[in-house]
Amino acid sequence: MLFRPVSQAFYEFYVKRDKDRCIQCRVCERQCSYEVHSYDAKENVMNADHPKCVGCRRCEYMCPTDALKITLNESTFRPNELWTNFHRMAIIKQRETGGILLTGMGNDKPYKIFWDHLLIDACQVTNPSIDPLREPMELRTYLGSKPDKLELEEKKGKLKLKTKITPQLKLEYPIMFGAMSYGAINLNVHMAMAIAAKELGILYNTGEGGLHKSLYEYGPWTIVQCASGRFGVHAEYLNAGAAIEIKIGQGAKPGIGGHLPGEKVTKPISETRMIPEGSDALSPAPHHDIYSIEDLRQLIYALKEATDYTKPVSVKIAAVHNSAAIASGIARAGADIIVIDGFRGGTGASPTIIRDHVGIPAELALAAVDQRLRNEGIRNSVSIVVSGGIRGSADVLKAIALGADAVYIGTAALQAVGCTVCQRCYTGKCPWGIATNDPYLAKRVNPEIAAEQLVNLVRAWGHEIQEILGALGINAIESLRGNRLRLRGIGLTDREMEILGVLPAGE
Amino acid sequence: MSIKRVYPREEFCMGCRLCEVACITVHSESGDTIKAYKKEFPREPSRIWFEEKKPECFSFMCRHCDEPDCLEACISGAITKDPETSIVTIDEDICVGCWSCIMACPYGALKKKVRKDNKMVSTKCDLCIGRGINPACVQACPNRALVFK
Repeated sequence: MLFRPVSQAFYEFYVKRDKDRCIQCRVCERQCSYEVHSYDAKENVMNADHPKCVGCRRCEYMCPTDALKITLNESTFRPNELWTNFHRMAIIKQRETGGILLTGMGNDKPYKIFWDHLLIDACQVTNPSIDPLREPMELRTYLGSKPDKLELEEKKGKLKLKTKITPQLKLEYPIMFGAMSYGAINLNVHMAMAIAAKELGILYNTGEGGLHKSLYEYGPWTIVQCASGRFGVHAEYLNAGAAIEIKIGQGAKPGIGGHLPGEKVTKPISETRMIPEGSDALSPAPHHDIYSIEDLRQLIYALKEATDYTKPVSVKIAAVHNSAAIASGIARAGADIIVIDGFRGGTGASPTIIRDHVGIPAELALAAVDQRLRNEGIRNSVSIVVSGGIRGSADVLKAIALGADAVYIGTAALQAVGCTVCQRCYTGKCPWGIATNDPYLAKRVNPEIAAEQLVNLVRAWGHEIQEILGALGINAIESLRGNRLRLRGIGLTDREMEILGVLPAGE
Repeated sequence: MSIKRVYPREEFCMGCRLCEVACITVHSESGDTIKAYKKEFPREPSRIWFEEKKPECFSFMCRHCDEPDCLEACISGAITKDPETSIVTIDEDICVGCWSCIMACPYGALKKKVRKDNKMVSTKCDLCIGRGINPACVQACPNRALVFK
């Protein structure tokens, strides 16, 4: 192509326009933030610049006459199992730029998805199932440290609880909205999550970008995050939420810190994060005051002191090789909740090479952590929350059966408000108005509509979970927690089943 | 009697102009978007003025004033205000195309229109009377930037 490098000649998506249906209304041109569509006034036709297309399908969605189809470029290289399109294009881009390839969202490579190899039991004959429409079905979950034993005492002829319970978080559904920083996504999406969390009786996580002033009123439904960059962390912030989460790592990029490209740091972001406008916000890899487990314990208790021991402190780690040992250390360091983020977790920006090759699946880490804590007799001292590729209510249920108390959803929540996972979040040009701080684009998320969509999603999953629980003959979600016997593995190796702690289907 | 009007909410308007596409479609002869744009000449105009100065933008149309200036200015009596519905309409058969109403409207809500029979008239939002449901622009807006209240 004239004046274009090779990396643009071999493009991924082809824009098919039906000339008989196109009315040249130019909505595609206006809505595409990647400048794919243009109007030729002289010829009165719409043209498409295919190399720029990222396959987000925004134009398809907006076209009033269904004139557009975004397709894969039919033009192919000679098929090669080793040299996939991905690897070929990575080399071509790097020979031009000499730089690290960036991407957004979670690992999209064909590793095994263990949720799809786990099957759920159902009751028949010997053990009757429950009708969730006729019987009460308890989805409520409490996150926090549970005491080793309960001591009761008699006072004035009544039994009272003597044991002091540490602060707990009450969730009406075992689902929370995951940590996505203010800056990676914009205020409209945060507001929608806050409104939805309040409506549903669950919580959302601020992520590492701080908490915008206008959202302090939703504090009781907020978990504030304290990450390695300490963006937006001050005393008021810590006390604003219902809990504090120390982010040690995230599944999409274990071992490295958060990354907000300078293009996305606008004035309101810079104010909330307390950094200069337009500067890249790179969180350091470790917290520079946490170099040992004792340092983590010190920070946990510093945060508890700062909030008068009224809020649970959570620690989020990426799922890596020795997650079980790390989790054991974290539990003993005084954390109330441990969050395990698997390698399918999303991100606004990460080097592709780290997202695709570092970390392990959430399912395996979860099973290993739950089993290790049980073996050590300290499982009750923490609640476990898992995240990283939870796609639907079945994944939620399997996660709970493997040992989780609750799940975080990130990518699923964004898809509820319009995301089509085009993986270009780092450009700041999100055409759905989600992962962008450009005010013209950010308007595309109407918090009223987005909050409704999030509420609908969690309610729908809640109903589905109740249906499955009914089929399992269980009437409270807590009876399923860690109940590996209600799962069976299919298409798994013996070793994998041993790690997950499940029997093979048929046994 | 206070009537329901279409109000723009510029904080949610994303400048897609699908409101205009909907307006043209429902006021066209065929009622079909593709035919309205490609087969009908002259094309039915939208009754919406779209204002944009990025990042701000919004759709604007006739306010159906309680005391319409366009009605006062109309020399042929084509513009009337229905006593029951309070909707202000233009009878295109009576209209002589003097465009006094366009000049009189303090909001600039009226537009010039050339009919199929080459007659020049004025046109403006009629709140989609005859459609039976919400105005088309309100229904078509993908982001609830237009409300009917």
